Order: sequence, then C-alpha cells, then structure tokens
Amino acid sequence: MPLPRTRGKALRQRLAELRGPEVPAKALDARALAALAANPGCKRRAILDGAGVNKAALASALGSPSAFGQSQFAFTRGNAFEAKVKADGGAELLRLVHEKLDRRAEPPAEAQVPDLSATGPEGRAARTALALREASAAPGTWTLLDHPMLALDVAGSPAFLEPDAVVVHPDGSWTVVEIKSFPMLDGSADPAKVGAAARQAAVYVLALEQVAARLDPAPEVRPRILLVCPKDFSNLPTASAVDVRKQRAVTGRQLARLTRIEDIADTLPEGTCFAPDLPTAELTSAVESVPATYAPECLSACELAFHCRDRSRAAGAVTSLGRSVRAELGGLTTVEDVLSAARGETGDPQDPAVAALRRAARLRAEALGQEVTPCR
Amino acid sequence: MSLISTLARLEAVTTGRARPAATVRHRHLSERPLVFVPLTTAGEAGAPLGALVGTDRDAPRLLAVPQPRDRDLRFAFLAELADVVLPYLDGYADDVEAAERNETDPETGKRVKVEVELCADAPQLIVPSRAGTDFVRLLGRSMRFRRTAEQDPETPYPAPPRVPLLGRWLTHFGERARVPGSSLLLAMTDVLARHWATGQSTLEDQHLGALLAWIDPPAGISGAEAALAAELTRDPRGQLMCPPAGPATDPAFDNKLLAPAIERYDRARTALAAVEDGLEADDRLGELTAAERDIRELVLSRTLPTWEKVWQGLDLLQALPDGAHVEERWTRDRWSFTGHRDRIVAGEPPQPRRDDAVTAANKLAAREREQARLEAQEALDDPLVMAGRRLSGEAFAGEVTDVVMAYSEGKRPSPRPLVTVRTQDRPHLGERARVYRSLGGKPQAAEFVGREAGHEVGLEAGQEADDLLVLRIVDKMGRGKVPEAGSVPEKGDLLCFTTFEHEQRGGPKLPDPEETPWTHGGPPGESVQETADPLTTEDVL
Repeated sequence: MPLPRTRGKALRQRLAELRGPEVPAKALDARALAALAANPGCKRRAILDGAGVNKAALASALGSPSAFGQSQFAFTRGNAFEAKVKADGGAELLRLVHEKLDRRAEPPAEAQVPDLSATGPEGRAARTALALREASAAPGTWTLLDHPMLALDVAGSPAFLEPDAVVVHPDGSWTVVEIKSFPMLDGSADPAKVGAAARQAAVYVLALEQVAARLDPAPEVRPRILLVCPKDFSNLPTASAVDVRKQRAVTGRQLARLTRIEDIADTLPEGTCFAPDLPTAELTSAVESVPATYAPECLSACELAFHCRDRSRAAGAVTSLGRSVRAELGGLTTVEDVLSAARGETGDPQDPAVAALRRAARLRAEALGQEVTPCR
Repeated sequence: MSLISTLARLEAVTTGRARPAATVRHRHLSERPLVFVPLTTAGEAGAPLGALVGTDRDAPRLLAVPQPRDRDLRFAFLAELADVVLPYLDGYADDVEAAERNETDPETGKRVKVEVELCADAPQLIVPSRAGTDFVRLLGRSMRFRRTAEQDPETPYPAPPRVPLLGRWLTHFGERARVPGSSLLLAMTDVLARHWATGQSTLEDQHLGALLAWIDPPAGISGAEAALAAELTRDPRGQLMCPPAGPATDPAFDNKLLAPAIERYDRARTALAAVEDGLEADDRLGELTAAERDIRELVLSRTLPTWEKVWQGLDLLQALPDGAHVEERWTRDRWSFTGHRDRIVAGEPPQPRRDDAVTAANKLAAREREQARLEAQEALDDPLVMAGRRLSGEAFAGEVTDVVMAYSEGKRPSPRPLVTVRTQDRPHLGERARVYRSLGGKPQAAEFVGREAGHEVGLEAGQEADDLLVLRIVDKMGRGKVPEAGSVPEKGDLLCFTTFEHEQRGGPKLPDPEETPWTHGGPPGESVQETADPLTTEDVL
C-alpha cells in the first residue's frame, strides 16, 4: 500500500501539472517575489509564479507578448560597476559598509572572502549557510560573501536567491549589500528605483533570517541594507544605508499568505495546464479560469499585463483606468453601469455614489454647453 | 481624480476618442518654441545619445554621439547643442520693456519702486514627456560646474566654451518647470493630458504616441485601437513603429540596431588609428564616416516620429482659445527668465548643488503659492474646471432671486446688500464664511448669512431641491453710501461664487540667508565656489 502523500508533496506535484509536462520551473527571483508583494490580490499572478510558469513565454503564446527587456548597454555597465565595487577582495565595499553602517567596529583592514562555489543551487545554498556559520563563529573579522545563494521557502518549494553580496560584521551580524548602476546624484537617487531596490533587498533579508534562525545563537540580520550606486556622473561607488523594515514586513506577510496558492490550485478545473505549447484557445481558457486583479500598475511589473489589460477593457472594468477610479464609484464596476447611472437610466438615486455621479454629469454637460439631460 | 474627469474618461472609453478636460488652453504657447527631443544611453547617467532640436518644424537639427562613452564626443554634442540653444535664448534677452519692481531700500529699509528691465517675451522649451524634463535637469547638472580652458587653464578635460553656460540655463529651465503653471519648459504629455481625458489610465497617458492616438486618431479607427497600435506594433525587424518618446530607448533597438552600429564605429576608429600610409587612411576615414552616418540615421529614425508628434500636439493645443489668466502667468515666466539673465550678466556663480535653507524654503513657499494661484485661475478661466470645484463644494453658481439693501452699523454706514442666490450646488459653507465672485476681473467678497430651505413643491421623486443662499456683499462698492453702479448684483443675474480666494497672498517673510537660525543649519557662511565633478579615467567604461 503506498504511503499517503504529504501535503507539501501533493502541492508540488499539482503545480508541476499546472506547469505542464517537461516544462522546467522558472525560478522565482527576488524581483519576482517583490513584484508579487506589489499586487497581493492577484490570484493569477500568485498561482503562475507559485507554479514556476514562465509568464513571458505564456504571454507570447496568448498573443500579447510582454515588452520587458534589458538593454545590453545597461547590462554591461551594471556588470562593470559591480566588478569595480568588488575589486581587491571587496576593499572598497567593506570600507563603505564600515563607514555607513558600523563605524564603531574595527576598520576592515583585511577580510575573509570565502569561496562559495559548489554544484547546483542546493549545493551553493548549503555552502553559503556553512560560510555564514563559520564567519559568525569567528568574531572580530570582516567577511564578504560574494554572490551567495540563499534558499527561501515559498509556498512549499524553495526559491533560490542570489544577492549581490552579504557582509558579516565583526560582531557577527549580517548585512545585505545591493549594487545598482543608477546614479546617486548629489546624494539622492531616483526614489522609484531606490524603492524597487529596497523591496528586492527585503526579500534577501527574509531569506537570511531563515538561515540565521537555524543557528544557535542566531546572529542578527541588520534591517538596514547598504545600497551602492555610482557617484554623480562617475563610475566611483558611493553608498547609502536604506532601512527595509517596512518592505520586509510587507513581503513577509505576502509570502506567508502565498500558501493560499494551494487553495487557488484546488479551485482550478481538473487538467488545467499553462504549458506555452498548448493551443491558444485552450491556454486562454486556462488562464481565464484564475481571476486576475488588473490595475495599470501591472504594466510595469508583470509579463501578463497586456493580456490582462485586454480582458479588463473588454469586460469594461473601470479599474483599467486606475485603482483610484474605483474608490469614488461605489458599487459600480463597469463602464456601462457608471455611464447609465450618470445618465439617470439605472441606479438608485438614494445611493450617494449614484447621486454624486448625476450631479457630476449635469455639471459637466452644463460646462461644456451641452444639452442638460432632462432627468438630473 | 475628480468624478468629472472620471466621467470624461469613461465617455472616452465608449466613444473611442478623448474627451475635453478643459475648454480653454491653460498654458502659454510661444509663437516660436524650441522643441527638444533627446535620447540617452541606457545605464549611463548623463550620456546623451543624440537629439533633434530646433524651432523649425521642417528643419530640425540632428545631433548624435556615435560613441556615447567617449568624453570628447559627448562634449562635442553638448557644444553643438549650445550652438543651437544659446542663440535662441539670446534672441529673447535683448528685447526689453520697462517695468517696476518693489524692492527694499538698503538704507532706509522702506519698500520702494525700482525701474527695471523686463524681457518682452521669453523663450520656451518643449520636450516630449516628463522624463524629458528630468533629462533637461540632468543635463544642466552635468554641465554647469564644468570649467572651460579659459576659466581655468589647469583644468583637465576642459569643456568647450559656452557648455557651462548652457548647463546653467538648462538648470534654470528645469527648476522653473517645477513651479505649477509655469510654461518656460513644458512636457508635451503633461500639457496634452491636462486638456484631454483619454480612455486609458494616467500611467498610460505618459506614452506620447498613445495619448495623441486618443486625442487625434487617424481616420477610420478608434482612439483605443490607435493607442494600442502606438504602444505595441513592431516592424519585421522587431522595432517599435512608434518609438518611445525618450530619452530612454527601447531595449530591442539598443540590442539589435544600436549596439552593432556602435561596434562598427569603434572598429572603424581603431582601424583608422592603426593605419600607416595616406592612401589607406583615406579608405579607413571613409569607413569611419560611413559608420558615423549609420548611427546618425539610427538616431534620426528614433527621434523623428517623436519630433512630429510634439508638433502635432502643439497644433492641437494651438486650436484651443487662451485662458484669461495665461498671459499673467506667462509674465511671471518672463520675470523668471529676466532674473536669470541678470544673474548671468552679473557674473554670479552657477546654481549650487544644494540650496541653502532660506532659498529652499522660499522655493517651496513659491511653489505652494503658485499651485493655489493656478488652481484658482484655472477655475475662473474655465467653466469645466469650475464645475469640478462646484461638485466638490468649493464653489456654487446660480441665479440671483432677491436683493435687499442693507447697511453696516457704525458711524458711517456703508452698503451691505443682502443677495439671495438660488443654486442646485451644495457648497460647504460655515457660519459667516467668506465667498468670492469675479467682478470685472477683481474678486468681490461676500459673507454667508444663511440658507433657506429649498422649494419642495412640484419636485418629482429623486429630484434635488434648489437651495436659497443669502449672502452679504462686503466690498468693492466704492466709498459712498450708494454703491457704485454695477457693483451690486441684480435680480436675475447668473453668478458664480467660490469659497477659495482668487488672488494669493504671499506667506510670511523669511529671514535673509545671513540670519538663518541655527535650527536650520545657521547662516550659510562664505559662498564657496562649487568645484566641478572630479573627472576620472573610470568615467569611460
């Protein structure tokens, strides 16, 4: 008699079925995890990401390809800058960590840079955990972990994350270092880009905390990360400490809620599959079987956004014009409902949203010099 | 977003065409604007790739940097840009009119009127999008601290003459663009979105092509279809038919077309540097020129569509009538331009990296004041904007049903007529709240006295009753016992009162910079000459 399958295993199998036979799972990176936290209500995104579906391929198969891409100029520059920051055994990087985050510690004259190479992400994650333990056990030294690998449990399966660097301070505490190639001009950088970097770093902090929790005594993972950027118009590094406690809390909460993907998976019809090689019609109905929460912000964060936007517009949903639009329309959710309520054809005049709409329609018509609708 | 603009967007969705969001034009448009369509290199800060610039729609000047990481080529680009922009600015600097300004006399401390110059008109820069405004600011910052060989013979990598000056001007335009209602530097997407409501979200309105597609779709297709086509259609080479308005380029363009072209250019340059005899040098030079021409053509292919769209946008905006207060706000822009011209002539140093506390507080206060002014003026100029204020309870319009003469108590009784206005609007009025109406361009104040219950008779179910509001007019009626003719509303007049003031008062005066309190960092001390950004070999990757 076969052993009863454990819950986790059953889910993993179910997700593999959703992904389609012989389709490798797309690893969840920190950017994807952070984006997930940006639109937590979207079940479609949750299940697709949870199952490791390649959303870019899926979007192309659906006929609404995503428009994400990176210019090779930006890529080259980013790599060159990171290499420069980490040159000489990370001397410059450690100097910045010392200056911005830990001035009371000994200046890092000499630092350990353990070799973290191993085969496979699991091996690298294990190697990283070991290096972290050793570094924390040796007080009084600075240790730089270059591209460590961290495992974060996401909805029952591990996601492997690769921060730019993690620094172990002489007091045994850990700091996440994020290296970005957008400039810090006169001490300030583009807030949108800093926000994105902070959300990404928060995911690494979460993953590090899981590693720390397994050690005794558990070392502190510092909530302030170090953001390293080029200074002004040069290629010289400068850095700023960024407090990611808030982003950490938000992402942590979202990831905890992600266990819901099991519930979402249960609601799907038997045999649902998101493999990109399926016929478009079949794929469309599979995608449609999971509700999405489209808002225009998705366009900059999700590969499937154009598809969801088409659907949202076709359904006449008012949120396709922005989330804030919904707020003042009460229970009216479609364009036709709102307009007919404004024209006075439908809707309860006692409803404050309907009454406000009619007043707005009347004032607008009057200002434009149009015929005022007889029923106001 | 107010409910009225939401309705306009929803109407646009159903009609497939943008709906008006304004009935007049709320920004000044110059007769001869300088349109600037820049492109930048991905991943680099302040490394321009090229631009189209000029005042003549049919003859834009194409500037391109064949290798954006090369400092000398970058300087050559900036020098060329200065050759286009600075003469344009200078063209406005000399034509002046006399004006008066209040200044504090340094000896007596009294406010006196001083005769000063005011430029008769000011230049206007138009960029395609908000990102373009930021790029103007970035270019300004990257240039204004540079030193020329003439200023400082010791400086390594001296900038071409006039480049630092261009940096100061672009910085000034960039700073001025932060002042609400200013028109020295305009982003086309912002101005268009101010005047039309499309059937898409404000985020999608940032795309100039899509925005114009909604406002002015090509014949035969709806705005929604045209906008979608503008956003997504690609040619067989995988390039967007409507390239992004910049300054950022599409990654597909960078990777497929630009990168190979730059590589060819680099190879040709290396080859030219390695040749030994003259005949070969000619061939290599030909290759280099060809490679450079290719890059220029690529830049042109990405900027020309945007250039045409900006002019199309200008046409659409020109068709709207001027708002009544636009001229007044443009005069402030002229003051701003004149002020900066004077600072440059006086040999003042470039704008600092960071403002001192007093300057920063002044700037913020000015922006807040201008924001309030803009909101009030737009509402007075445009019934559609006023409709939004009426909806939110900040204004009301209606017919005067009764006027009762009354007088103030006191030794010299002045007229204080009571005016009853019937309105369907629902203003939020507290006891003795002040309201204002426009009387010959000047605000006349009234006091709210009371509200009479509306006529309930003859109303159908669900219909709202009209309110009768009683107001006491308190000023602008002259000094006599009898109000001046036309200063008191008459029965039957249609009036619009606002609860916000029409003219903005200046805030409390801030101390001189030398008097900055210690809480705000204390006096700034001796002004130090800001040094140029250090140039290192690492700048070039």
